[in-house]
Amino acid sequence: MERTKPITGELRELRDEVEGYAREFGLTYFPVVFEVCDYDTVCILAAQGGFPTRYPHWRFGMDYDQLSKGNTYGFQKIYELVINTDPCYAYLLSSNRFVDQKLVMAHVYGHADFFYNNAWFKSTNKKMMDVMANHGTKIRRYMDRIGQDKVENFIDIILSFENLLDTNVLFLDPSYQVREGVVEEDDEEFDKRSSVLRSFMNSKLDKRNAPVAKKVEDDESTLKSIDKKVRGTRDIMKFLMDYAPITEWQADIIGILREEAYYFLPQRMTKIMNEGWASYWHSKILTERALRDSEVIDFADVHSGVMAMSPKSINPYKIGVELFRDIEYRWNTGKFGKDYLECTNLFEKENWNKETNLGREKIFEVRRSHNDITFIDEFFTEEFCQRQKLFTYKFNPRTGRNEIDSRDFKEIKTKLLSQLTNFGSPIIEVESANFQNRGELLLRHVHQGVDLDINYASQTMANVHKVWKRPVSIVTVVEDVEHVYSFDGKEFKQVNLKL
Amino acid sequence: MDHPIKRDHARFRKIIKGKIRDNLRKYVSQGEMPIPKGNGQFKVPMPQIDTPRFRFGDKSQGGSGQGEGQPGDSVDGQPGEGQPGQGEAGEGEGNKELEVDLSLDELAHILGEELALPKIEPKGKKNMQSTVDKYTSIGTVGPDSLKHYKRTYKEALKRQISMGTYNPKNPIIVPIKSDMRYRSSTSKIEFENSAVVIYMMDVSGSMGDEQKEIVRTESFWINLWLKSQYKDIEIRYIIHDASAKEVDEDTFFRTRESGGTLISSALKLCRDIIKSDYNSDEWNIYPFHFSDGDNWSTEDTKLCLDILDNEIIPHSNVFCYGQVESRYGSGQFYKDLAARYGEENDNVILSKIKNKDAILESIKDFLGKGN
Repeated sequence: MERTKPITGELRELRDEVEGYAREFGLTYFPVVFEVCDYDTVCILAAQGGFPTRYPHWRFGMDYDQLSKGNTYGFQKIYELVINTDPCYAYLLSSNRFVDQKLVMAHVYGHADFFYNNAWFKSTNKKMMDVMANHGTKIRRYMDRIGQDKVENFIDIILSFENLLDTNVLFLDPSYQVREGVVEEDDEEFDKRSSVLRSFMNSKLDKRNAPVAKKVEDDESTLKSIDKKVRGTRDIMKFLMDYAPITEWQADIIGILREEAYYFLPQRMTKIMNEGWASYWHSKILTERALRDSEVIDFADVHSGVMAMSPKSINPYKIGVELFRDIEYRWNTGKFGKDYLECTNLFEKENWNKETNLGREKIFEVRRSHNDITFIDEFFTEEFCQRQKLFTYKFNPRTGRNEIDSRDFKEIKTKLLSQLTNFGSPIIEVESANFQNRGELLLRHVHQGVDLDINYASQTMANVHKVWKRPVSIVTVVEDVEHVYSFDGKEFKQVNLKL
Repeated sequence: MDHPIKRDHARFRKIIKGKIRDNLRKYVSQGEMPIPKGNGQFKVPMPQIDTPRFRFGDKSQGGSGQGEGQPGDSVDGQPGEGQPGQGEAGEGEGNKELEVDLSLDELAHILGEELALPKIEPKGKKNMQSTVDKYTSIGTVGPDSLKHYKRTYKEALKRQISMGTYNPKNPIIVPIKSDMRYRSSTSKIEFENSAVVIYMMDVSGSMGDEQKEIVRTESFWINLWLKSQYKDIEIRYIIHDASAKEVDEDTFFRTRESGGTLISSALKLCRDIIKSDYNSDEWNIYPFHFSDGDNWSTEDTKLCLDILDNEIIPHSNVFCYGQVESRYGSGQFYKDLAARYGEENDNVILSKIKNKDAILESIKDFLGKGN
């Protein structure tokens, strides 16, 4: 049963119209394919990260459950879904009003332009649709062979490391994100070679794929050289894939999950910009071109819903679109550069207008080369901060509430940046793969002011241990004091170690 | 064919049910009850099962927000006031609760499995009959919609082989009229079991909020189990202090009266209800009485035992007495009942509920015998 249908009739005409405006404004993108589907299908697709086929895993089922409930109870609605592929697939909800479809299409062209042009997306695989489907087939095959529970449990473990990525990998050769093809079928039940022959051939296998634990006994120098090689690596998934004592199918699964994690990484690093850019364009295209008189109220209603501010979190749509508009305004009026910054006359500063008219050009340049951190770092100004009524909040243990802490610009900016650093995840590096010369693993949390959640850390360490199979330790800072925590397979405890 | 995500969904449901089973004790003792949703489904709140990851500690971190207010103002606001845009939750956005819908049967199944509860055997002739058509046999006539293809095919094959018209090289089977087989129904008499549960609760001054909470939790789970066992079930509620009255469910759990305790008043009312509404030949009757065990006088206790012996126990499947420990109660009534009926009696089950942790055990006491 086909769950999605290509657009026809008036929607197609609408697409042509909106696309015309997008081109007129200078947006560039891979071809966009719109498909129409019902709500259930949108929930399925959204639960699967936008892709029609993924590997089997219960968490997709969980997300699907929550999404479809959110719709039934009416407190959540998915409006649009677009994926970064070539062609770029976007899904329209069949039950949406015509004006909604208009808005969604304009929004989608914004995303499509962003995917196509932003530097951080350059290395993402534009054929991900096929790759995901292949991953599904591969993992299903492993499940048939090894057992669904076994494979699913292993995936559960590996998902623990999904955020332990190195953003620099995005700028290496794209093939670096993919695990090199090793012989796919290599597990024992299906290996018809005699055991003697097999062990002989295994010994001839590439060293990289052989389990480390074995090397501990027979080749200490290898361990040392590995240790030297991996020190400081933040690509923990790759590290485990290459050096942990695991079987071929397990390494393959880590490779699959790692590839998918890197595919989604740029989207996590540019959430504010991406949504801001798309919102900027949907409002521009609709208000200046596509909107009919009768649709204005409906549009305003939907748009204001999307832009709603919340006291507890930053709405990326809102901050993003306002920042782009602010940049455009500043570069149109010349409110940038040395002269402007050094101007001490407040009146003059307020009415500054050099009619530079570089705004449009500037925002196109910004969407090409920035990610959320550099975007905020460079363009988040004090005036902007005040205008947007931003604040920081903190948990007050005395009242048991989260309370507004400060409206100080510097503090707000620091907080925003720290939330965005390393796409919001703690930075974890490998410190040693031969810790205490016993083949133990030592990780280091590069502390940047915020402590780890120790409870979560202990469970994560337990998962690392399941893969590494030797004691795992981590250096981190808790309340300004450096601590080492260790998990030896039985208990998680703080240890006193001279490092 | 269904979308493969339905299988992921089924896996997820299985995992969830496992979690609920693991945490059943916690749910019961903390009074975190599934919330009935009205359509036979129950909503079970549980913390989201998330993958453990290295992540930042929540509270020390705080965050940034947008809006009016002075430093010191709370930002917690109304929950659920999130952004209606794209509902994708960022990391560290606080704990989201997972809401799981389970049907009554699923929940009861979990309870039954955890406590190893036996299936209830309805007693004697306490049944109502009804005829049900079941499609269990095969006939040679019938409407096309009930055609049994496999059997029809087999008949045709048999016929063709015996007539020698079957050619293995060109295995074409053509059924004719006499080969046709249809599913056909047989009428069966089914016994429908109906049951009535009559809850009696002592709401005198000595029964505090905690005690009532225990009764509430316990009766919820008992109801759940009985509902899964009987097709048709009625529940009646009686509260009493020195006098008894029948109330609705809401009042039953909320009322706080004060004053003395005459247990006999409740038992009398219970007896009257049974007499007037429930013929014990047709109904399975379960009177439950919860009290802290303080009765006004030994005189009254004597009267109670009398009513029980002659008018309630003979009509009931089992009479259950749960004694909730309270600071003020003497617990005498339990002793009196135990002296009369003994700890092991098929028709009377006594259980002491010390605190919330003991609820599950007490449920097992009541329902573990399967009668």
